Amino acid sequence: MSRIGQTFAALKAQNKKALIPFITAGDPGRGMTVPLMHALVEAGADIIELGVPFSDPMADGPVIQRASERALANKIGLKDVLAMTAEFRKINTTTPVVLMGYANPVERMGYAVFAEAAKAAGVDGVLTVDIPPEESVGVADVFKAAGLDPIFLLSPTTPESRVELVAAAAGGFIYYVSLKGVTGSANLDMDEVAQKIATIRRHCTLPVGVGFGIRDAATAEAVARIADAVVVGSRIVNEIETSPESEVVSRVKTLVQDLRRGVDAASK
Amino acid sequence: MKLTDFPDSHGHFGPYGGVFVAETLMAALDELRVEYEKARNDPAFIAEFEYELKHYVGRPSPVYHAKRLSEQYGGAQIYLKREDLNHTGAHKINNTIGQALLARRMGKKRVIAETGAGQHGVASATVAARYGMECVVYMGAEDVARQSPNVYRMKLLGATVVPVSSGSKTLKDALNEAMRDWVTNVESTFYILGTAAGPHPYPMLVRDFQCVIGREAIVQMQEQANRQPDCVVACVGGGSNAIGIFYPYLAHPGVKLIGVEAGGSGIASGKHAAPLSAGSPGILHGFRSYLMQDENGQIIETHSVSAGLDYPGVGPEHSWLKDEHKAEYVAINDDEAMAAFHDLCKYEGIIPALESSHAVAQAKKLAPTMKKDQIILVNLSGRGDKDINTVAKLSGITL
Repeated sequence: MSRIGQTFAALKAQNKKALIPFITAGDPGRGMTVPLMHALVEAGADIIELGVPFSDPMADGPVIQRASERALANKIGLKDVLAMTAEFRKINTTTPVVLMGYANPVERMGYAVFAEAAKAAGVDGVLTVDIPPEESVGVADVFKAAGLDPIFLLSPTTPESRVELVAAAAGGFIYYVSLKGVTGSANLDMDEVAQKIATIRRHCTLPVGVGFGIRDAATAEAVARIADAVVVGSRIVNEIETSPESEVVSRVKTLVQDLRRGVDAASK
Repeated sequence: MKLTDFPDSHGHFGPYGGVFVAETLMAALDELRVEYEKARNDPAFIAEFEYELKHYVGRPSPVYHAKRLSEQYGGAQIYLKREDLNHTGAHKINNTIGQALLARRMGKKRVIAETGAGQHGVASATVAARYGMECVVYMGAEDVARQSPNVYRMKLLGATVVPVSSGSKTLKDALNEAMRDWVTNVESTFYILGTAAGPHPYPMLVRDFQCVIGREAIVQMQEQANRQPDCVVACVGGGSNAIGIFYPYLAHPGVKLIGVEAGGSGIASGKHAAPLSAGSPGILHGFRSYLMQDENGQIIETHSVSAGLDYPGVGPEHSWLKDEHKAEYVAINDDEAMAAFHDLCKYEGIIPALESSHAVAQAKKLAPTMKKDQIILVNLSGRGDKDINTVAKLSGITL
């Protein structure tokens, strides 16, 4: 079983839900990422989603776009992200790391070369936002063969007929994008999300994580009641953006601890 | 599979094209694919499209024998396909009419578009006014500043122009932002994509709507010259005017097809917008094609005097035609394009778009190497009124 699978199994045994915070690698500085990753774990993260910066993040809202621009200004590329993961693994060998990004940096490195390097660095899952299952022939299989879980998205616009197709290609967990829109959008309709998750579970045995629109302990709790994992991105990246550099780690930690309390409140 | 049968059912032109988008858009693209498939086989849809092209756009656009320019260049005879004479001044309107009719057929009341120089934005605002739709145009903040007359044109036509301040603040960022709008408003909104690029089915449907250029030219060349040209030359940014004239000519293997990219300050300078000439394959904006990218797969900034060619990617079918050696792609730099711009003004009384001037400049290079009874057909994709400020500035003149 993969590290992601083990994590979900262990949480399930304790009747707990997973908290998956997102940060962009290299934001706000090259040296900040690994300390931030450790801080996320200390604050209660079960899985870390690490954003790979890209020049044209089409699915992201302004907050994560700016994080990507800051990271690129720091000259962070895919190789640096792998090096950061390897650095993190020197201390932490249990918390799964999922890379989230866009196709082209991986395409440029080569899927097989990337898969091998990512596995060696200690990466557990890969989510390439703009590679849907239809285009993942020769990609998802390569990832799976290297021992990486290919994570795929489902969205409010996904017809039920497609859920099975996506589930068949996916590994680790399913990432349900709770809103039509880009990252950082507001206003979650919990009933709608709950309905959709029920549909997904009819076709898929993988754990279901929900992201987009989760910004505080209360929304984290509400989502944790219906999903297996709560993914929080823009809210954390916003905290990084608005904190003085000396306070980034402590303020992110406080925020994630609060989100953790929200997630755990759902299991009580 | 014949070359003209591409793309395959998944939108692939060999290794290029495809549907590289986030999940939220998959259903919308599938809906568009299905609806377009029905429309292209519906005689009523085709008839309305053709009626609009004739009575609203003013088609067919003439093919014109540029005799004085041919004499000046001293070799092959140069013919111009006059897309500059279309309503709104460029080939872009062929595509926006087709897509607006599709939008109406699909019951979408709101259309969005991206634009660089503003030509596609104007063509989109025009059809939105024509069919009574709400229109939002995304335009890089840099381009909004450079192309203020076109911004005002769009506003006159009732469109909302949204300046995009992310990334390099140009066309590629406008496209990113249009995609973000579409993801957010996917159920109510039709995205009128401006070139033969983007995720499937866009490269195919834009090509199909633009093919009227090549189909007309084949008939017109036969009428005027009693033969087809030896070569067809067109500028390539995203590549919609080029694929529109090339595609029908793929059935005429004796006709050489030459796409002209923006060489900017020269390929060697690195400051250009010529992915086919000096880029490598990658994935951007929903499709795989040749791209301008660095060793980390980040998209790099492009440079061209012509805003309409200032794009780091190129339509996937051009990448395929290049690899299959069915078309040849070259680069013309800013200075060469400017010289050709002035030639056409001076010898023919035609002010060409700076984009189209790149194709004229390639004809200038080719003509002297060919015999006087040979023919070059240049797709004059747009008129240059929009560019007079740029040209004046480069000539050190304040208007």
